Amino acid sequence: MNMAIAACGNMGRRFLRILCRLGDAATLSSASLSLVVNPPWQGRHIVIQMYNIGVGSLMIIALTGTFTGMVLALQGYYTLAKFGSESMLGAGIALAIIRELGPVLGAMMLTARAGSAITAEIGIMRVTEQVDALEMMAINPRARIIMPRIIAATLVLPLLIALFDLIGMGAGYIVGVDLLGVNPGAFIAEMQAKVTTHDINAGWVKAVGFGFLVGVICTYIGYRATPTTEGVGKATTQAVVLSSVGILILDYILTSFFL
Amino acid sequence: MIHCKSLCKKYGSVPALDRVDIHVREHKTTVIMGGSGSGKTTLLRLIAGLEPPTSGEIRYKEEDFVHMPRKRLYELRESMGMVFQYSALLNSLNVYNNVAFTLHEHTDLDEEVIRTIVTMKLEQVGLRGMEHLMPSELSGGMAKRVALARAIAMDPAIVFFDEPTSGLDPISAGVITSLIHNLTEKTHHTSVVVTHDVDAGLSIADHVVLLWQGCVIAEGTADDIRHSADARVKQFIEGSPDGPIPFSRSTTSYVEDLMHKPGTVRLAQ
Ligand SMILES: Nc1ncnc2c1ncn2[C@@H]1O[C@H](COP(=O)(O)OP(=O)(O)O)[C@@H](O)[C@H]1O
Ligand SMILES: [Mg+2]
Repeated sequence: MNMAIAACGNMGRRFLRILCRLGDAATLSSASLSLVVNPPWQGRHIVIQMYNIGVGSLMIIALTGTFTGMVLALQGYYTLAKFGSESMLGAGIALAIIRELGPVLGAMMLTARAGSAITAEIGIMRVTEQVDALEMMAINPRARIIMPRIIAATLVLPLLIALFDLIGMGAGYIVGVDLLGVNPGAFIAEMQAKVTTHDINAGWVKAVGFGFLVGVICTYIGYRATPTTEGVGKATTQAVVLSSVGILILDYILTSFFL
Repeated sequence: MIHCKSLCKKYGSVPALDRVDIHVREHKTTVIMGGSGSGKTTLLRLIAGLEPPTSGEIRYKEEDFVHMPRKRLYELRESMGMVFQYSALLNSLNVYNNVAFTLHEHTDLDEEVIRTIVTMKLEQVGLRGMEHLMPSELSGGMAKRVALARAIAMDPAIVFFDEPTSGLDPISAGVITSLIHNLTEKTHHTSVVVTHDVDAGLSIADHVVLLWQGCVIAEGTADDIRHSADARVKQFIEGSPDGPIPFSRSTTSYVEDLMHKPGTVRLAQ
Protein backbone atom coordinates (compact mmCIF):
# COMPACT_ATOMS: atom_id res chain seq x y z
CA MET A 1 0.00 0.00 0.00
CA ASN A 2 2.70 2.40 1.07
CA MET A 3 4.72 1.48 -1.95
CA ALA A 4 1.79 2.20 -4.23
CA ILE A 5 1.35 5.62 -2.64
CA ALA A 6 5.04 6.33 -3.01
CA ALA A 7 4.93 5.28 -6.66
CA CYS A 8 1.95 7.55 -7.28
CA GLY A 9 3.75 10.37 -5.53
CA ASN A 10 6.82 9.85 -7.68
CA MET A 11 4.77 9.81 -10.83
CA GLY A 12 2.96 12.94 -9.77
CA ARG A 13 6.22 14.70 -9.03
CA ARG A 14 7.65 13.71 -12.39
CA PHE A 15 4.54 14.90 -14.12
CA LEU A 16 4.63 18.21 -12.29
CA ARG A 17 8.30 18.63 -13.17
CA ILE A 18 7.55 18.02 -16.83
CA LEU A 19 4.71 20.55 -16.66
CA CYS A 20 7.07 23.06 -15.06
CA ARG A 21 9.64 22.56 -17.80
CA LEU A 22 7.00 22.88 -20.50
CA GLY A 23 5.74 26.09 -19.00
CA ASP A 24 9.27 27.41 -18.68
CA ALA A 25 10.03 26.49 -22.28
CA ALA A 26 6.86 28.17 -23.49
CA THR A 27 7.54 31.38 -21.58
CA LEU A 28 11.23 31.56 -22.51
CA SER A 29 10.58 30.89 -26.18
CA SER A 30 7.62 33.21 -26.54
CA ALA A 31 9.42 35.94 -24.62
CA SER A 32 12.44 35.49 -26.90
CA LEU A 33 10.34 35.44 -30.04
CA SER A 34 8.47 38.58 -29.08
CA LEU A 35 11.85 40.34 -29.11
CA VAL A 36 11.86 40.09 -32.90
CA VAL A 37 9.80 43.28 -33.08
CA ASN A 38 11.92 45.12 -30.48
CA PRO A 39 14.84 47.21 -31.60
CA PRO A 40 17.64 46.53 -32.23
CA TRP A 41 16.63 44.51 -35.28
CA GLN A 42 18.48 41.19 -35.34
CA GLY A 43 18.06 40.50 -39.05
CA ARG A 44 21.76 39.99 -39.63
CA HIS A 45 21.90 37.34 -36.93
CA ILE A 46 18.86 35.56 -38.31
CA VAL A 47 20.56 35.38 -41.71
CA ILE A 48 23.81 34.15 -40.15
CA GLN A 49 21.91 31.40 -38.35
CA MET A 50 20.00 30.49 -41.50
CA TYR A 51 23.32 30.10 -43.23
CA ASN A 52 24.80 28.01 -40.40
CA ILE A 53 21.79 25.77 -40.06
CA GLY A 54 20.84 25.55 -43.72
CA VAL A 55 24.09 25.28 -45.60
CA GLY A 56 25.52 22.93 -43.00
CA SER A 57 22.61 20.55 -43.50
CA LEU A 58 22.52 20.59 -47.32
CA MET A 59 24.75 17.57 -47.82
CA ILE A 60 22.97 15.27 -45.42
CA ILE A 61 19.56 16.34 -46.74
CA ALA A 62 20.63 15.59 -50.30
CA LEU A 63 22.03 12.24 -49.27
CA THR A 64 19.00 11.10 -47.27
CA GLY A 65 16.68 12.43 -49.97
CA THR A 66 18.44 10.40 -52.63
CA PHE A 67 18.33 7.12 -50.77
CA THR A 68 14.79 7.63 -49.53
CA GLY A 69 13.59 8.12 -53.12
CA MET A 70 15.56 5.13 -54.31
CA VAL A 71 14.32 2.75 -51.67
CA LEU A 72 10.74 3.98 -52.07
CA ALA A 73 10.96 3.15 -55.78
CA LEU A 74 12.16 -0.37 -55.03
CA GLN A 75 9.60 -1.05 -52.33
CA GLY A 76 6.78 0.66 -54.22
CA TYR A 77 7.52 -1.27 -57.38
CA TYR A 78 7.58 -4.55 -55.48
CA THR A 79 4.19 -3.85 -53.93
CA LEU A 80 2.53 -2.27 -56.96
CA ALA A 81 3.70 -5.04 -59.26
CA LYS A 82 1.55 -7.45 -57.23
CA PHE A 83 -1.50 -5.50 -58.36
CA GLY A 84 -0.18 -4.90 -61.82
CA SER A 85 -0.23 -1.15 -61.31
CA GLU A 86 3.44 -0.25 -61.73
CA SER A 87 2.37 2.88 -63.58
CA MET A 88 1.24 4.33 -60.22
CA LEU A 89 4.83 4.29 -58.95
CA GLY A 90 5.42 7.99 -59.61
CA ALA A 91 2.31 9.02 -57.72
CA GLY A 92 3.13 6.69 -54.84
CA ILE A 93 6.65 8.01 -54.44
CA ALA A 94 5.62 11.64 -54.73
CA LEU A 95 2.79 11.37 -52.21
CA ALA A 96 4.86 9.45 -49.70
CA ILE A 97 7.73 11.91 -49.92
CA ILE A 98 5.78 15.16 -50.06
CA ARG A 99 3.23 14.31 -47.39
CA GLU A 100 5.28 12.27 -45.00
CA LEU A 101 8.86 11.25 -45.52
CA GLY A 102 10.27 14.57 -46.68
CA PRO A 103 9.09 16.56 -43.67
CA VAL A 104 9.76 13.85 -41.09
CA LEU A 105 13.16 12.69 -42.32
CA GLY A 106 14.22 16.24 -43.19
CA ALA A 107 13.33 17.41 -39.69
CA MET A 108 15.15 14.44 -38.14
CA MET A 109 18.25 15.23 -40.13
CA LEU A 110 18.02 18.88 -39.14
CA THR A 111 17.80 17.78 -35.52
CA ALA A 112 20.79 15.50 -35.80
CA ARG A 113 22.92 17.87 -37.81
CA ALA A 114 21.97 21.37 -36.63
CA GLY A 115 19.75 20.92 -33.58
CA SER A 116 22.38 19.13 -31.56
CA ALA A 117 24.92 21.77 -32.55
CA ILE A 118 22.58 24.54 -31.43
CA THR A 119 22.09 22.93 -28.02
CA ALA A 120 25.79 22.26 -27.53
CA GLU A 121 26.78 25.75 -28.65
CA ILE A 122 24.33 27.51 -26.35
CA GLY A 123 25.22 25.16 -23.49
CA ILE A 124 28.90 25.91 -23.88
CA MET A 125 28.17 29.62 -24.02
CA ARG A 126 26.53 29.16 -20.64
CA VAL A 127 29.39 27.14 -19.17
CA THR A 128 31.94 29.72 -20.25
CA GLU A 129 29.77 32.62 -19.05
CA GLN A 130 29.51 34.06 -22.55
CA VAL A 131 25.79 34.46 -22.00
CA ASP A 132 26.50 36.55 -18.90
CA ALA A 133 29.13 38.48 -20.81
CA LEU A 134 26.55 39.39 -23.47
CA GLU A 135 24.16 40.40 -20.73
CA MET A 136 26.84 42.64 -19.17
CA MET A 137 27.53 44.21 -22.57
CA ALA A 138 23.87 45.24 -22.74
CA ILE A 139 22.99 42.63 -25.36
CA ASN A 140 19.87 40.65 -24.56
CA PRO A 141 21.00 37.03 -24.92
CA ARG A 142 17.48 35.89 -25.66
CA ALA A 143 17.23 38.30 -28.57
CA ARG A 144 20.72 37.50 -29.79
CA ILE A 145 20.98 33.76 -29.13
CA ILE A 146 17.55 32.16 -28.87
CA MET A 147 15.28 34.17 -31.16
CA PRO A 148 17.45 34.11 -34.32
CA ARG A 149 17.93 30.37 -34.08
CA ILE A 150 14.24 29.58 -33.67
CA ILE A 151 13.33 31.82 -36.59
CA ALA A 152 16.17 30.52 -38.73
CA ALA A 153 15.18 26.89 -38.11
CA THR A 154 11.55 27.68 -38.92
CA LEU A 155 12.46 29.39 -42.18
CA VAL A 156 15.21 27.03 -43.30
CA LEU A 157 13.56 23.66 -42.73
CA PRO A 158 10.85 24.17 -45.41
CA LEU A 159 13.57 25.02 -47.92
CA LEU A 160 15.62 21.99 -46.97
CA ILE A 161 12.55 19.79 -47.18
CA ALA A 162 11.67 21.17 -50.60
CA LEU A 163 15.13 20.14 -51.68
CA PHE A 164 14.72 16.74 -50.05
CA ASP A 165 11.42 16.23 -51.91
CA LEU A 166 12.88 17.23 -55.24
CA ILE A 167 15.96 15.05 -54.94
CA GLY A 168 13.94 12.15 -53.54
CA MET A 169 11.48 12.19 -56.44
CA GLY A 170 14.35 12.52 -58.92
CA ALA A 171 16.11 9.53 -57.42
CA GLY A 172 12.82 7.60 -57.42
CA TYR A 173 12.41 8.40 -61.12
CA ILE A 174 15.87 7.14 -61.96
CA VAL A 175 15.41 3.86 -60.10
CA GLY A 176 11.79 3.38 -61.23
CA VAL A 177 12.18 4.29 -64.88
CA ASP A 178 15.79 3.59 -65.73
CA LEU A 179 16.41 0.57 -63.53
CA LEU A 180 13.02 -1.08 -63.12
CA GLY A 181 11.59 -0.10 -66.50
CA VAL A 182 8.42 1.77 -65.54
CA ASN A 183 7.03 3.78 -68.43
CA PRO A 184 8.41 7.35 -68.01
CA GLY A 185 5.25 8.97 -69.41
CA ALA A 186 3.03 7.11 -66.97
CA PHE A 187 5.39 7.82 -64.07
CA ILE A 188 5.20 11.59 -64.59
CA ALA A 189 1.55 11.72 -65.64
CA GLU A 190 0.30 9.79 -62.61
CA MET A 191 2.49 11.92 -60.38
CA GLN A 192 0.98 15.10 -61.79
CA ALA A 193 -2.55 13.76 -61.65
CA LYS A 194 -2.50 12.41 -58.09
CA VAL A 195 -0.53 15.05 -56.23
CA THR A 196 -2.78 18.00 -55.35
CA THR A 197 -2.08 21.40 -53.86
CA HIS A 198 -3.61 20.06 -50.69
CA ASP A 199 -0.82 17.49 -50.39
CA ILE A 200 1.83 20.08 -51.01
CA ASN A 201 0.30 22.39 -48.43
CA ALA A 202 0.29 19.57 -45.92
CA GLY A 203 4.01 19.20 -46.57
CA TRP A 204 4.65 22.93 -46.09
CA VAL A 205 2.68 23.11 -42.86
CA LYS A 206 4.57 20.15 -41.44
CA ALA A 207 7.88 21.63 -42.51
CA VAL A 208 7.20 24.93 -40.78
CA GLY A 209 5.82 23.20 -37.69
CA PHE A 210 8.78 20.85 -37.37
CA GLY A 211 11.31 23.64 -37.94
CA PHE A 212 9.72 25.68 -35.19
CA LEU A 213 9.57 22.68 -32.86
CA VAL A 214 13.23 21.78 -33.38
CA GLY A 215 14.25 25.42 -32.91
CA VAL A 216 12.31 25.81 -29.68
CA ILE A 217 13.40 22.50 -28.14
CA CYS A 218 17.08 22.77 -29.04
CA THR A 219 17.50 26.38 -27.96
CA TYR A 220 15.54 25.90 -24.76
CA ILE A 221 17.44 22.82 -23.63
CA GLY A 222 20.78 24.44 -24.43
CA TYR A 223 19.86 27.64 -22.62
CA ARG A 224 18.74 25.78 -19.50
CA ALA A 225 21.54 23.20 -19.56
CA THR A 226 23.32 22.61 -16.26
CA PRO A 227 26.46 24.69 -16.77
CA THR A 228 28.95 21.85 -16.60
CA THR A 229 30.66 19.74 -19.25
CA GLU A 230 28.49 16.82 -18.32
CA GLY A 231 25.38 18.96 -18.28
CA VAL A 232 25.97 20.12 -21.85
CA GLY A 233 26.55 16.54 -23.01
CA LYS A 234 23.32 15.41 -21.40
CA ALA A 235 21.44 18.39 -22.77
CA THR A 236 22.57 17.63 -26.31
CA THR A 237 21.35 14.04 -26.10
CA GLN A 238 18.12 15.17 -24.54
CA ALA A 239 17.54 17.77 -27.23
CA VAL A 240 17.96 15.22 -30.00
CA VAL A 241 15.71 12.66 -28.32
CA LEU A 242 12.97 15.13 -27.43
CA SER A 243 13.04 16.76 -30.86
CA SER A 244 12.78 13.42 -32.62
CA VAL A 245 9.90 12.22 -30.46
CA GLY A 246 8.27 15.63 -30.72
CA ILE A 247 8.49 15.51 -34.50
CA LEU A 248 6.73 12.16 -34.64
CA ILE A 249 3.98 13.24 -32.25
CA LEU A 250 3.41 16.51 -34.07
CA ASP A 251 3.47 14.59 -37.34
CA TYR A 252 0.56 12.46 -36.21
CA ILE A 253 -1.42 15.49 -35.09
CA LEU A 254 -0.81 17.43 -38.31
CA THR A 255 -1.48 14.41 -40.51
CA SER A 256 -4.84 13.89 -38.86
CA PHE A 257 -5.73 17.47 -39.80
CA PHE A 258 -4.70 17.04 -43.41
CA LEU A 259 -6.39 13.78 -44.37
CA MET B 1 27.23 55.04 -6.23
CA ILE B 2 25.94 51.56 -5.39
CA HIS B 3 24.39 50.83 -2.03
CA CYS B 4 23.58 47.29 -0.98
CA LYS B 5 21.48 46.63 2.07
CA SER B 6 21.31 43.28 3.85
CA LEU B 7 21.83 41.26 0.70
CA CYS B 8 21.15 37.55 1.02
CA LYS B 9 21.66 34.95 -1.65
CA LYS B 10 20.83 31.29 -1.26
CA TYR B 11 21.53 28.49 -3.70
CA GLY B 12 18.99 25.91 -2.69
CA SER B 13 19.21 25.96 1.08
CA VAL B 14 22.90 26.89 1.16
CA PRO B 15 23.45 30.56 1.91
CA ALA B 16 26.20 32.02 -0.28
CA LEU B 17 25.73 35.54 1.08
CA ASP B 18 24.25 36.48 4.41
CA ARG B 19 23.06 40.02 5.14
CA VAL B 20 25.83 41.84 3.34
CA ASP B 21 25.86 45.65 3.42
CA ILE B 22 28.29 47.40 1.16
CA HIS B 23 28.66 50.77 -0.39
CA VAL B 24 30.58 51.22 -3.64
CA ARG B 25 31.88 54.78 -3.72
CA GLU B 26 32.02 56.74 -6.94
CA HIS B 27 35.49 57.31 -8.45
CA LYS B 28 37.02 54.93 -5.93
CA THR B 29 38.32 51.39 -5.95
CA THR B 30 36.38 49.02 -3.76
CA VAL B 31 38.17 45.74 -3.18
CA ILE B 32 36.25 42.68 -2.05
CA MET B 33 38.55 40.10 -0.52
CA GLY B 34 38.02 36.70 0.98
CA GLY B 35 39.02 33.08 0.67
CA SER B 36 37.71 30.89 -2.11
CA GLY B 37 34.06 30.04 -1.67
CA SER B 38 33.47 33.04 0.58
CA GLY B 39 30.92 34.49 -1.83
CA LYS B 40 32.98 37.11 -3.67
CA THR B 41 31.87 36.16 -7.16
CA THR B 42 28.29 35.84 -5.99
CA LEU B 43 28.40 39.32 -4.49
CA LEU B 44 29.87 40.77 -7.67
CA ARG B 45 27.20 39.11 -9.81
CA LEU B 46 24.49 40.56 -7.60
CA ILE B 47 25.97 44.05 -7.72
CA ALA B 48 26.25 43.78 -11.51
CA GLY B 49 22.63 42.68 -11.76
CA LEU B 50 23.42 39.29 -13.30
CA GLU B 51 21.46 37.53 -10.61
CA PRO B 52 18.68 38.69 -8.31
CA PRO B 53 19.33 38.54 -4.57
CA THR B 54 17.16 36.22 -2.50
CA SER B 55 16.42 39.23 -0.32
CA GLY B 56 17.81 42.65 0.32
CA GLU B 57 18.10 45.73 -1.82
CA ILE B 58 20.58 47.23 -4.25
CA ARG B 59 20.43 50.90 -5.17
CA TYR B 60 22.28 52.31 -8.11
CA LYS B 61 22.40 56.08 -7.65
CA GLU B 62 19.04 56.02 -5.86
CA GLU B 63 17.46 53.75 -8.48
CA ASP B 64 16.16 50.34 -7.43
CA PHE B 65 18.57 48.04 -9.23
CA VAL B 66 16.84 44.75 -8.40
CA HIS B 67 13.45 45.49 -9.91
CA MET B 68 14.71 47.72 -12.68
CA PRO B 69 13.09 47.27 -16.11
CA ARG B 70 15.38 45.50 -18.54
CA LYS B 71 15.52 48.48 -20.87
CA ARG B 72 16.84 50.79 -18.17
CA LEU B 73 19.23 48.10 -16.97
CA TYR B 74 20.73 47.81 -20.44
CA GLU B 75 21.05 51.59 -20.65
CA LEU B 76 23.06 51.54 -17.44
CA ARG B 77 25.12 48.59 -18.59
CA GLU B 78 26.42 50.50 -21.55
CA SER B 79 28.45 52.37 -18.98
CA MET B 80 29.53 49.25 -17.10
CA GLY B 81 32.32 46.84 -17.84
CA MET B 82 33.03 43.44 -16.39
CA VAL B 83 36.05 41.20 -16.38
CA PHE B 84 34.86 37.67 -15.66
CA GLN B 85 36.83 35.20 -13.59
CA TYR B 86 37.34 32.96 -16.62
CA SER B 87 37.38 35.81 -19.17
CA ALA B 88 34.18 34.78 -21.01
CA LEU B 89 35.43 35.97 -24.39
CA LEU B 90 33.04 35.31 -27.26
CA ASN B 91 34.49 32.17 -28.82
CA SER B 92 33.32 32.86 -32.32
CA LEU B 93 35.08 36.23 -32.57
CA ASN B 94 38.77 37.04 -32.74
CA VAL B 95 40.53 39.32 -30.30
CA TYR B 96 39.86 42.45 -32.35
CA ASN B 97 36.14 41.78 -32.65
CA ASN B 98 35.87 40.82 -28.99
CA VAL B 99 37.36 44.13 -27.90
CA ALA B 100 35.38 46.04 -30.52
CA PHE B 101 32.15 44.21 -29.70
CA THR B 102 30.43 46.87 -27.61
CA LEU B 103 31.68 49.61 -29.92
CA HIS B 104 30.14 47.81 -32.89
CA GLU B 105 26.92 47.14 -31.01
CA HIS B 106 26.29 50.40 -29.24
CA THR B 107 27.99 53.13 -31.24
CA ASP B 108 27.92 54.42 -34.81
CA LEU B 109 31.64 55.07 -34.90
CA ASP B 110 33.55 54.55 -38.14
CA GLU B 111 35.55 51.35 -38.34
CA GLU B 112 38.65 53.54 -38.58
CA VAL B 113 37.90 55.10 -35.19
CA ILE B 114 37.02 51.75 -33.65
CA ARG B 115 40.29 50.32 -34.91
CA THR B 116 42.16 53.14 -33.20
CA ILE B 117 40.32 52.60 -29.93
CA VAL B 118 40.90 48.85 -30.02
CA THR B 119 44.59 49.37 -30.72
CA MET B 120 44.85 51.72 -27.75
CA LYS B 121 43.05 49.34 -25.42
CA LEU B 122 45.12 46.38 -26.52
CA GLU B 123 48.30 48.41 -26.06
CA GLN B 124 47.20 49.17 -22.50
CA VAL B 125 47.03 45.47 -21.71
CA GLY B 126 50.17 44.70 -23.70
CA LEU B 127 48.53 42.70 -26.48
CA ARG B 128 48.76 45.02 -29.49
CA GLY B 129 49.40 42.95 -32.58
CA MET B 130 47.32 39.96 -31.38
CA GLU B 131 44.10 41.22 -32.98
CA HIS B 132 43.77 38.28 -35.35
CA LEU B 133 44.03 35.51 -32.73
CA MET B 134 40.97 33.52 -31.73
CA PRO B 135 40.15 33.05 -28.01
CA SER B 136 41.08 29.38 -28.27
CA GLU B 137 44.62 30.41 -29.25
CA LEU B 138 45.16 32.51 -26.12
CA SER B 139 46.64 31.45 -22.81
CA GLY B 140 44.49 32.02 -19.72
CA GLY B 141 46.44 35.13 -18.81
CA MET B 142 46.21 36.60 -22.29
CA ALA B 143 42.48 35.90 -22.44
CA LYS B 144 42.06 37.76 -19.17
CA ARG B 145 43.91 40.76 -20.52
CA VAL B 146 41.76 40.75 -23.64
CA ALA B 147 38.71 40.57 -21.39
CA LEU B 148 40.01 43.62 -19.57
CA ALA B 149 40.54 45.49 -22.82
CA ARG B 150 37.00 44.58 -23.82
CA ALA B 151 35.59 45.75 -20.48
CA ILE B 152 37.15 49.20 -20.80
CA ALA B 153 36.55 49.61 -24.55
CA MET B 154 33.57 51.93 -24.04
CA ASP B 155 35.27 53.85 -21.21
CA PRO B 156 32.64 52.69 -18.73
CA ALA B 157 31.88 54.63 -15.59
CA ILE B 158 32.16 51.52 -13.47
CA VAL B 159 34.19 48.36 -14.02
CA PHE B 160 33.79 45.07 -12.18
CA PHE B 161 36.80 42.78 -11.92
CA ASP B 162 36.54 39.17 -10.82
CA GLU B 163 40.00 37.94 -9.87
CA PRO B 164 41.74 40.13 -12.49
CA THR B 165 45.22 38.90 -11.61
CA SER B 166 44.71 35.22 -10.83
CA GLY B 167 46.43 33.02 -13.38
CA LEU B 168 48.71 35.82 -14.56
CA ASP B 169 52.49 35.86 -14.34
CA PRO B 170 53.85 38.41 -11.82
CA ILE B 171 54.73 41.00 -14.46
CA SER B 172 51.34 40.91 -16.18
CA ALA B 173 49.66 40.90 -12.79
CA GLY B 174 51.64 44.01 -11.86
CA VAL B 175 50.70 45.73 -15.10
CA ILE B 176 47.03 44.89 -14.66
CA THR B 177 47.06 46.03 -11.06
CA SER B 178 48.54 49.39 -11.97
CA LEU B 179 46.10 49.65 -14.86
CA ILE B 180 43.18 49.21 -12.49
CA HIS B 181 44.80 51.71 -10.15
CA ASN B 182 45.14 54.26 -12.95
CA LEU B 183 41.52 53.76 -13.99
CA THR B 184 40.39 55.32 -10.73
CA GLU B 185 43.36 57.56 -9.96
CA LYS B 186 43.81 59.18 -13.35
CA THR B 187 40.57 58.75 -15.25
CA HIS B 188 38.19 58.65 -12.28
CA HIS B 189 36.35 55.46 -13.11
CA THR B 190 34.74 53.46 -10.35
CA SER B 191 36.13 49.97 -9.84
CA VAL B 192 34.94 47.00 -7.89
CA VAL B 193 37.68 44.41 -7.63
CA VAL B 194 37.21 40.91 -6.30
CA THR B 195 40.47 39.23 -5.41
CA HIS B 196 42.18 36.95 -2.98
CA ASP B 197 45.56 38.48 -3.75
CA VAL B 198 46.08 40.38 -0.50
CA ASP B 199 49.05 42.54 -1.50
CA ALA B 200 47.65 43.64 -4.86
CA GLY B 201 44.20 44.14 -3.36
CA LEU B 202 45.38 46.30 -0.47
CA SER B 203 47.74 48.31 -2.67
CA ILE B 204 44.98 49.58 -4.96
CA ALA B 205 42.07 49.72 -2.54
CA ASP B 206 40.37 52.88 -1.40
CA HIS B 207 37.95 50.72 0.45
CA VAL B 208 38.25 47.08 1.43
CA VAL B 209 35.48 44.62 2.25
CA LEU B 210 36.54 41.31 3.72
CA LEU B 211 34.14 38.41 3.27
CA TRP B 212 34.11 35.16 5.13
CA GLN B 213 31.49 32.48 4.58
CA GLY B 214 29.15 34.96 2.98
CA CYS B 215 29.42 37.57 5.74
CA VAL B 216 31.34 40.83 5.89
CA ILE B 217 33.84 40.43 8.72
CA ALA B 218 35.81 43.62 8.23
CA GLU B 219 35.55 46.80 6.26
CA GLY B 220 37.60 49.96 5.96
CA THR B 221 40.65 51.45 4.30
CA ALA B 222 43.63 49.30 3.46
CA ASP B 223 45.35 50.53 6.63
CA ASP B 224 42.34 49.69 8.76
CA ILE B 225 42.51 46.16 7.44
CA ARG B 226 46.28 45.87 7.84
CA HIS B 227 46.07 46.97 11.45
CA SER B 228 42.88 45.19 12.31
CA ALA B 229 42.78 43.50 15.67
CA ASP B 230 40.35 40.82 14.48
CA ALA B 231 42.08 37.45 14.54
CA ARG B 232 40.30 36.26 11.36
CA VAL B 233 41.38 39.35 9.45
CA LYS B 234 44.95 38.99 10.70
CA GLN B 235 45.04 35.37 9.65
CA PHE B 236 43.75 36.19 6.18
CA ILE B 237 46.22 39.04 5.67
CA GLU B 238 49.15 37.00 6.84
CA GLY B 239 47.98 33.83 5.14
CA SER B 240 48.83 31.74 8.16
CA PRO B 241 47.48 28.20 8.29
CA ASP B 242 46.65 28.42 11.98
CA GLY B 243 43.92 30.65 13.30
CA PRO B 244 40.19 30.95 13.69
CA ILE B 245 39.53 30.32 9.98
CA PRO B 246 39.82 26.58 9.44
CA PHE B 247 41.55 25.44 6.27
CA SER B 248 39.32 22.39 6.02
CA ARG B 249 35.62 22.89 5.38
CA SER B 250 34.68 19.36 6.47
CA THR B 251 32.28 18.98 9.31
CA THR B 252 32.86 15.30 9.95
CA SER B 253 35.83 13.92 11.82
CA TYR B 254 38.84 13.15 9.66
CA VAL B 255 39.65 9.97 11.58
CA GLU B 256 36.10 8.69 11.31
CA ASP B 257 36.08 9.41 7.58
CA LEU B 258 39.32 7.50 7.15
CA MET B 259 37.91 4.53 9.04
CA HIS B 260 34.99 4.49 6.57
CA LYS B 261 32.59 4.51 9.41
CA PRO B 262 29.22 3.68 7.91
CA GLY B 263 26.97 6.67 7.89
CA THR B 264 29.72 9.23 7.75
CA VAL B 265 31.09 8.45 4.33
CA ARG B 266 29.48 7.37 1.10
CA LEU B 267 31.96 6.10 -1.41
CA ALA B 268 31.17 6.90 -5.01
CA GLN B 269 29.69 3.88 -6.74
N1 LIG C 1 25.38 28.57 -9.23
C1 LIG C 1 25.61 28.10 -8.00
N2 LIG C 1 24.89 27.05 -7.54
C2 LIG C 1 25.09 26.57 -6.30
N3 LIG C 1 25.99 27.04 -5.43
C3 LIG C 1 26.76 28.07 -5.82
C4 LIG C 1 26.62 28.64 -7.12
N4 LIG C 1 27.50 29.66 -7.23
C5 LIG C 1 28.17 29.70 -6.06
N5 LIG C 1 27.72 28.76 -5.20
C6 LIG C 1 28.19 28.53 -3.82
O1 LIG C 1 28.26 29.79 -3.19
C7 LIG C 1 29.45 29.92 -2.43
C8 LIG C 1 30.22 31.15 -2.85
O2 LIG C 1 30.69 30.98 -4.17
P1 LIG C 1 31.52 32.09 -4.93
O3 LIG C 1 30.79 33.38 -4.80
O4 LIG C 1 31.78 31.61 -6.28
O5 LIG C 1 32.87 32.15 -4.09
P2 LIG C 1 34.23 32.88 -4.43
O6 LIG C 1 34.09 33.63 -5.69
O7 LIG C 1 34.46 33.75 -3.23
O8 LIG C 1 35.28 31.82 -4.51
C9 LIG C 1 30.22 28.64 -2.61
O9 LIG C 1 30.05 27.86 -1.46
C10 LIG C 1 29.60 27.97 -3.80
O10 LIG C 1 29.59 26.59 -3.63
MG1 LIG D 1 35.11 33.52 -7.53
